[in-house]
Amino acid sequence: MPDVNSPGTPGHDIAGPVPFRARGFTPRTVPGAALATLLGIVALWQAGASAGLIATQFLPPPASILRALYQLAASGELWRHLGASLQRLAVGWTLGTVCGVALGFAVGLSSWLRSPGMAVVSALFPIPKIALVPLFIIWFGIGEGSKVATLAFGVFFPTVINTAAGVDAVSRNLMRMGQAFGLSRAAILCKIVLPGALPAILSGFRVTTGIAIILLVAAEMIGAERGIGAFVLQAGNLYDTDNLLAGIVVLSLLGLLVAWALGQLERALLGWR
Amino acid sequence: MNGSSVRLSVCGVVHRYDSLPVLDGIDLVAEAGRVLVLIGPSGCGKSTLLGIMGGLIAPTAGTVRMAGHVAPDCLNPLTPVFQDFALLPWRSVAGNVSLVLEGRLPRRERAARVAEVLALTGLSEFARAWPKQLSGGMRQRVGIARALAVRPACLLMDEPLSALDAQTRALLLDEFAGLIERAGTTTVYVTHNLQEAVRLGHRVAVLSRRPGRVRDVMEIDRPIGGRDVSDLGLLAIERQLWEMIRGDAAAAEREPIHA
Repeated sequence: MPDVNSPGTPGHDIAGPVPFRARGFTPRTVPGAALATLLGIVALWQAGASAGLIATQFLPPPASILRALYQLAASGELWRHLGASLQRLAVGWTLGTVCGVALGFAVGLSSWLRSPGMAVVSALFPIPKIALVPLFIIWFGIGEGSKVATLAFGVFFPTVINTAAGVDAVSRNLMRMGQAFGLSRAAILCKIVLPGALPAILSGFRVTTGIAIILLVAAEMIGAERGIGAFVLQAGNLYDTDNLLAGIVVLSLLGLLVAWALGQLERALLGWR
Repeated sequence: MNGSSVRLSVCGVVHRYDSLPVLDGIDLVAEAGRVLVLIGPSGCGKSTLLGIMGGLIAPTAGTVRMAGHVAPDCLNPLTPVFQDFALLPWRSVAGNVSLVLEGRLPRRERAARVAEVLALTGLSEFARAWPKQLSGGMRQRVGIARALAVRPACLLMDEPLSALDAQTRALLLDEFAGLIERAGTTTVYVTHNLQEAVRLGHRVAVLSRRPGRVRDVMEIDRPIGGRDVSDLGLLAIERQLWEMIRGDAAAAEREPIHA
């Protein structure tokens, strides 16, 4: 087969079919591959434990974790912890998101707020939010306030950054179009800027829900009686690895559920893409 | 006729981008119900002048005045048609047209007007299509339909055909001519294409290279509807226009680009 990419070879003859050179760089989703991979890992893990290759006191097999999960669900303990966590997650994430989207829009659209807003966000965003938990406990008490504040604070900054980037990405020409047709400022915001920034805002939600779950667990490990984080900590203190991993599985499922819900939301709102 | 009759006068307009002079002492009139075409070499400030005429760019000096009668059903006297169409990709064809009527017309009247302009521009079958599903020519039809939906007193068209291929351009040019003539709307049309200029313009204003000044204004005294670009008279005017801008176009082409 001739090498069509060798122009450096002087004066050589060339003959034969032109080779196809545009292979690759087009990854496709293989249906079922994701589930098969996860099931394969779980099967290997179970097989390793059954064969005695994995020390089950440190890493219990999937069957034991499933059993623990079932018992937790049947006794109602799982729902008590999960309910408390979901409540904190919903309140903290919503608070951080609403404030973050509002400031993101302000930063994206206002010359007055752009520089000061981004300066504050840039200064505060890199602070590990977990380090602020003790401060929030001093400010808001050991109860729900400090936990919700930790989540909201952690969600707020990436939301501001994503929303401002989304607003920046909306073509100014579309906004000029709105102005040239005499649309009100509110109509331009609601019908042009918001839908235009929505892809960036929604992709930011994927990041912020992940951050919220991480911060939720961290916050619940300090001074909480209920919540998946508190449950995982208690199980760890008791060397109860079955329940500890059951709690982690619940967190993983929670993450998957949130990602699925966001996927559905994107499909519903961004069908035009 | 759409009932509106507006004259647009540009008086002593000067414009600079920072220290870069773009327009210098422009005096020009777009007569009511007539098509004024602005031509000139690249970078001469044609689009800037159109933006100033439409109130989208504040001139450094000078004024633009509007005078005449605006019909009661006109929702936006000065209405643009954009080179890049400026369609909302998250709205259907009908949704894009409806956008400029929302909050201004009751739902039923709005739907009727959308249907009317979509039929006028040959888009009725594509009312539910997304802009991404349409060709460039069809997208520009949506831009035209949106502009016509507000029953404008003056259309401001910024190189509306320049993003399209030659065949689509020729087809749309004839359609534009028919639509503009039937509506009798005052139109300011920016182009660098001389064929478009002689096909559509009642008056063609030739701008010099930057800073743009009005070098000449040529009258073309024949009805737009009956014009044929292969007509010898029009070809002669086209050649005359080319002779006028040729030197400037060559000089402009060698100039550095100022972002």
